[in-house]
Amino acid sequence: MEVFLQQLINGLTLGSIYGLIAIGYTMVFGIIGMVNFAHGDVFMVSAFIGLICVLLLTTVLGMSSIFLILAITLVVAMLFTSLVSWTIERVAYRPLRGSFRLAPMISAIGMSIFLSNFVQVAQGPRNKPLPPMVPDVIVLMERNGYQVTLAYKQLIIMAVTALLLVGFWWLVQKTPLGRAQRACEQDRKMAALLGVNVDRTISLTFVIGAALAAVAGVMYLMYYGVVNFADGFVPGVKAFTAAVLGGIGSLPGAVLGGLLIGLIETLWSAYFSIEYKDVAAFSILVLVLIFMPQGLLGRPDVEKV
Amino acid sequence: MSEATVGTAAAGVASDTVATSRPAVLGPALKDAVASGIITFLLLLPLVGFRATESGSGPLTLTYRFGLVAVFAAIVVVGRLLLHLTLWRPGRGVKGKAEARPRGALAEAAGAWSGRMIIPAFFLGAIAYPIVSVVLSGGLSPARYWVDLGIYILTYVMLGWGLNIVVGLAGLLDLGYVAFYAVGAYTFALLSTSVPLTDFFAGTLGQDFWPLWSFWVCLPVSGLLAALWGVILGFPVLRLRGDYLAIVTLAFGEIIRLVLINWVSLTNGGVGISSIPAISFFGVPFNADDGGFASLFGVTYDSMHRMIFLYFVILGLAGLTALVTVRLRKMPVGRAWEALREDEIACRSLGINTTLTKLTAFATGALFGGFAGAFFAVRVRFVSPESFTFMESAVILAIVVLGGMGSQIGVAMAAILLIGGMEMLRNLTFLKNEWLFGPDFDPTLYRMLIFGLAMVLVMIWRPRGLISNRLPSIFLKEKKAVSGALVKEGHG
Repeated sequence: MEVFLQQLINGLTLGSIYGLIAIGYTMVFGIIGMVNFAHGDVFMVSAFIGLICVLLLTTVLGMSSIFLILAITLVVAMLFTSLVSWTIERVAYRPLRGSFRLAPMISAIGMSIFLSNFVQVAQGPRNKPLPPMVPDVIVLMERNGYQVTLAYKQLIIMAVTALLLVGFWWLVQKTPLGRAQRACEQDRKMAALLGVNVDRTISLTFVIGAALAAVAGVMYLMYYGVVNFADGFVPGVKAFTAAVLGGIGSLPGAVLGGLLIGLIETLWSAYFSIEYKDVAAFSILVLVLIFMPQGLLGRPDVEKV
Repeated sequence: MSEATVGTAAAGVASDTVATSRPAVLGPALKDAVASGIITFLLLLPLVGFRATESGSGPLTLTYRFGLVAVFAAIVVVGRLLLHLTLWRPGRGVKGKAEARPRGALAEAAGAWSGRMIIPAFFLGAIAYPIVSVVLSGGLSPARYWVDLGIYILTYVMLGWGLNIVVGLAGLLDLGYVAFYAVGAYTFALLSTSVPLTDFFAGTLGQDFWPLWSFWVCLPVSGLLAALWGVILGFPVLRLRGDYLAIVTLAFGEIIRLVLINWVSLTNGGVGISSIPAISFFGVPFNADDGGFASLFGVTYDSMHRMIFLYFVILGLAGLTALVTVRLRKMPVGRAWEALREDEIACRSLGINTTLTKLTAFATGALFGGFAGAFFAVRVRFVSPESFTFMESAVILAIVVLGGMGSQIGVAMAAILLIGGMEMLRNLTFLKNEWLFGPDFDPTLYRMLIFGLAMVLVMIWRPRGLISNRLPSIFLKEKKAVSGALVKEGHG
């Protein structure tokens, strides 16, 4: 029971990170119907930007307030990662919008390879460790010597995710930008005819997705305290799995899927085998795509002639 | 375009007409160049401008390279400015298009001629290659590097042709092709090193039989097992289309690799399987002994004999792949593949069994992947899961895409360009010059970087690949190639 509770907390933390990345996949898929393969690597880039920012603040500027550091890092990482994603969309995806269906996907794979190798060349191939940032924990309960703990960093991750989701929901539901986005999702041509700037809306979609991935990246860095240039691929695929599981195109679905994937992964590691945890995640992806392609909260895809 | 026109008009009002066009071009060009320079600077600032450096076992420290960022930004500014003033100059595009037309017709005629000649020329060149490299480098042993490179490239040509069946002909984007390569390699590696099998054949057919013949026995087995896996993996994914199919095949590829890593009792895990028997000349070993290849043919023993034989084996296997593909394209199943690529719904309504068609494409592609895998295992004589990562799938896919999906000769050319080109990066030692990048510069680090960039650029500039013409397998009266733009590749 205690083990289960502990794994539940760990799983929800991990799931929050996956959920934040998954929103980027699901929004882009919703609006232009492509799998943004490079999104996992954008997440990795944001973690590196966060790393540089933390180092700059602590070693060069000598800051010590951990919350101030985190807040500044979050903002910096969001800004720079948004710029990266905006540029990628502009350079690698926009010219291909009228091309055959697989062209943007292949371009995205190229971009993913480029990004991870760019970071490898620029920052070196080795793991980049940071000293633990928020080491304190709260002991929730203790029985038979087994402590169920909630680390402050887990609390921060869940709180930041929840806060962001509320803000993001407001953005999509209540603002003109969100309306334009939903209009483009339904019918791009009609939206353009009604005066929505489709190109700008798509660009902003990429920017928002990247900003959320940047938050996930900084949280990942804070949680694990280490980042590597190859860290984008597996979390990327898992977040994509989350988006598919929740129903691709559905925003609450992406978060729900992320939480579920996080839970499944930690519970699997705790009760079955830690070696096969990635196999479990990939198998879920395959099973969901085959048996339930519309996902938990998605609309069924109708094939038009 | 409209802004430029307005600018020209405004300038025309202000001064005489001769000097008008210049400021209108220069102004926006400068603005654009400076804007892109700033964006480049900001993009590169965090990850190139700073570097988190490990100092022993201590904490990370920051090092700075702002000069490098400024250099890159300056290159972008100057480059874009030059492009705006030359190639992208307003009004230039119309003229350029008019010129392109007769050249297109000429290129088509040249293409038709070279289309007939290029395939025999390619094969003759491939056969002559080891002889030429031996003659040019003056002896068998000095040619080792070149023959090895030839084997390496031909392996990728074969893998590219195998994947071409799935991606180029049937239009199913497969991101897990390396799984079949792995199945082939591990099948041969496991069977040839298996103790019970060795003992069994030692008891029935003599001590030497299994080490000498295992490759020739296992080659078809590897191919068939890989094809079986193709069917097993293909079966559940048949209902998926396009991107979803791509992601599921990617997941399958990763699952197989993770199982290979973690199933230690069977595959020896990440350590891999070593001491795989070497290839034999159909039962005659390549060694200096009496019964060996050298004494049988009355030549002095040289370890290069085995290498050159390997070259011809992979050439034969690649040739088989090409031949089978060309023949299959003209058979009902091949036509069904291409019809499926063009329009699945129309296919179904015309009574084509799409399930069977997709499965045959998967299985045929996997078959050749399995052959190539067995060959890889016998060449390197060592297999480990490290060789079968997603990157490998991406490289093979890049070869197919760059070559022009569906075009055999294009795929071969792309393999030579990409794999040979990446290998040549090693030889760019002049870049280590003090004046260029310094002695610490390692060009091979940039292989995959260039690779990814090439994939993006090819998609933007030549989305149909190097060879964008397609020769229909059936035609009315006149045989002629069609533009790749008329073919709907990859609509899975």
